[in-house]
Amino acid sequence: MNNKVYNNRAWLLVLPMLVLVAFSAIIPLMTVVNYSVQDVLGPNASFFTGTEWFRTMLNDSALQAAFGRQIMFSLIILAIQIPLGIGIALIMPKQGWQASAVLILITLPLLIPWNVVGSIWQIFTRGDIGLMGWGLRELGINYNITRNAGDAWATIILMDVWHWTPLVAMLCYSGLRSIPEAYYQAARIDRASKWAVFRYIQLPKLTNVLVIAVLLRFMHSFMIYAEPFVLTGGGPGSSTTFLTQSLATMAIGQQDLGPSAAFSIIYFLVILLVSWVFYTTIMHLQKDKNSQGGV
Amino acid sequence: MSYQLENTQQGEKYNTIFSKVPAAERRKRHSRSRLRKRLLLGTYIVLLVLPLYWLLNMSLQTNSEILGSMTLWPQNLTFDNYIGIFTNPSWYMGYVNSIMYVVMNMIITMLVALPAAYAFSRYKFIGDKHLFFWLLTNLMAPPAVFLLPYFQLYYSVGLFDTHIAVALAHCLFNIPLAIWILEGFMSSVPKEIDETAYIDGYSFPKFFIKIFIPMISSGIGVVLFFLFMFSWVELLLARTLTSTDAQPIGMIMTRTSTASGIDWGTLAAAGMLTIVPGILVVYFVRNHIAKGFALGRT
Amino acid sequence: MSWMVWTLPTAIFFSSIAAMLAGMTIWELRSPSIERKGFLPISTTRGDRLFIGLMSAAFIHLGFIGFTSLSIWIALALSAVWLLVLMRWG
Repeated sequence: MNNKVYNNRAWLLVLPMLVLVAFSAIIPLMTVVNYSVQDVLGPNASFFTGTEWFRTMLNDSALQAAFGRQIMFSLIILAIQIPLGIGIALIMPKQGWQASAVLILITLPLLIPWNVVGSIWQIFTRGDIGLMGWGLRELGINYNITRNAGDAWATIILMDVWHWTPLVAMLCYSGLRSIPEAYYQAARIDRASKWAVFRYIQLPKLTNVLVIAVLLRFMHSFMIYAEPFVLTGGGPGSSTTFLTQSLATMAIGQQDLGPSAAFSIIYFLVILLVSWVFYTTIMHLQKDKNSQGGV
Repeated sequence: MSYQLENTQQGEKYNTIFSKVPAAERRKRHSRSRLRKRLLLGTYIVLLVLPLYWLLNMSLQTNSEILGSMTLWPQNLTFDNYIGIFTNPSWYMGYVNSIMYVVMNMIITMLVALPAAYAFSRYKFIGDKHLFFWLLTNLMAPPAVFLLPYFQLYYSVGLFDTHIAVALAHCLFNIPLAIWILEGFMSSVPKEIDETAYIDGYSFPKFFIKIFIPMISSGIGVVLFFLFMFSWVELLLARTLTSTDAQPIGMIMTRTSTASGIDWGTLAAAGMLTIVPGILVVYFVRNHIAKGFALGRT
Repeated sequence: MSWMVWTLPTAIFFSSIAAMLAGMTIWELRSPSIERKGFLPISTTRGDRLFIGLMSAAFIHLGFIGFTSLSIWIALALSAVWLLVLMRWG
């Protein structure tokens, strides 16, 4: 990795990709910036408003509440999915047909369109036709996601854990598989306890993939839209309305281009900051490893 | 590699703890822990599959049975819901549309991502690190931010409601992802191979296609799986950029709710069918997928 | 292009970003940057410092707009000073 050649002609290889991604990323981003400083009423009717929309958005109490809910949601699912994912990866079979079967089963939730995931859980938790809703009712638990905010939250978290823990598990599983068998043999000779094996052999190998897992899960949970939209529609009230849904309602539902663009930019800056911090961390972890002469 | 295992003091500590346990007892303990592992994994998989089983169960029932009583498996097995979908063009065209833009996206992404990933894995050039980071931010950018400009951009270039529009839009996050994973796979191929090939008189394109691509074919398979996955599950952009001719299946499914109530059976059958392509794809890459999830970096 | 609803301020904004990128590229070609460690906790190259500077400038502006009634020009001046400090000693 360290002996790359310095050659600016490599730009030629990157150029086609750059044109395509720029078409999809830069032109829309510029447009969003343009919208954010104007009141856009129609194709040829817009008024310059300066920083007004940014001021409104930063002080909007509904958005601040959505932001708070979003942070809470992201932290809760990270706190559940990361340990659970590690646990599952540790108990997954390592070879043979069982390993393949478990792999395919575990990846299933990741391959379902996001709004179908919402539909599946909406059906599953309905009191009249859904197994879970019906079962809880039979057990005498008053469970209703359209009335009770607590139930709605619990269901969304359960759905997200169902949907995305497989990703964490797969990442950890692939990290574990890269540990040479010799390490385990050495540990057996030393009669190391299971905890010692986990702490000193498995966890260090997992650090890299875990950073990727946290990064991906954090970012995806920030973008969550289709699943809660189908499951609860953001309700009851606005108790499960997360950031992207507030944005989509504003931009599509109410056609408020200016404010929603200003909001998008603030949102994007936050995401940019967080991904930069994570990216720098990953890069420095790798650099430290290289300088130690390791993997 | 400075794993603390070499630390003899610790090793001795464990030795003294474990040497008190006889070997037979230890073997028994081992098999018991194996059983416990299997049980835990089994429980997780049952919980994982349960919502999917319920969907399958509903898709094989008539609406009157679904709404009538709670049945844990179909009492009168019926395939009418599936037959209904396969005989109605407005339904099955949804699948055709989805598959068309997903395949287009996979082809476009691969064509531009392969050379770019090669450049990142083999060369240093001005701004390479910043370019790579910028690519990754696109992976993080919430599509909702770009919805309206996308609609207007594709409308103004006359691509609205075409498959290629959705395929190009999905490049936003699929190209960065592909480059990220491919770069990992390519970096694990020793550089000497490139050099030997050039000495042997291969030109760059010939080397790339004849030698390099076959060497990372498992990586390419895994990347195709990821491209399929993210393009197939995304609907926010796909929905915004289409109206009738290229409408994805996920959007057509919302049609099941009519004035007379929701057609649960058809909804469940359509949902089941959206899972099938994914199963096929994951089956083909099952042996390489673990490496792919670590982005080729293990 | 009319659907992009360009305004003069945003056009100036994007032109200056483009000019900065072009300038950095030329500077880099003339005299390649060496990674070094300044007052920031990580070692950075010139480009890294520019990025950090621009990002903190964005947040300085947001803070001024959202939570104070001070003029945006003060935020701009402050960001410019911060960017220079960062480029020189960061």
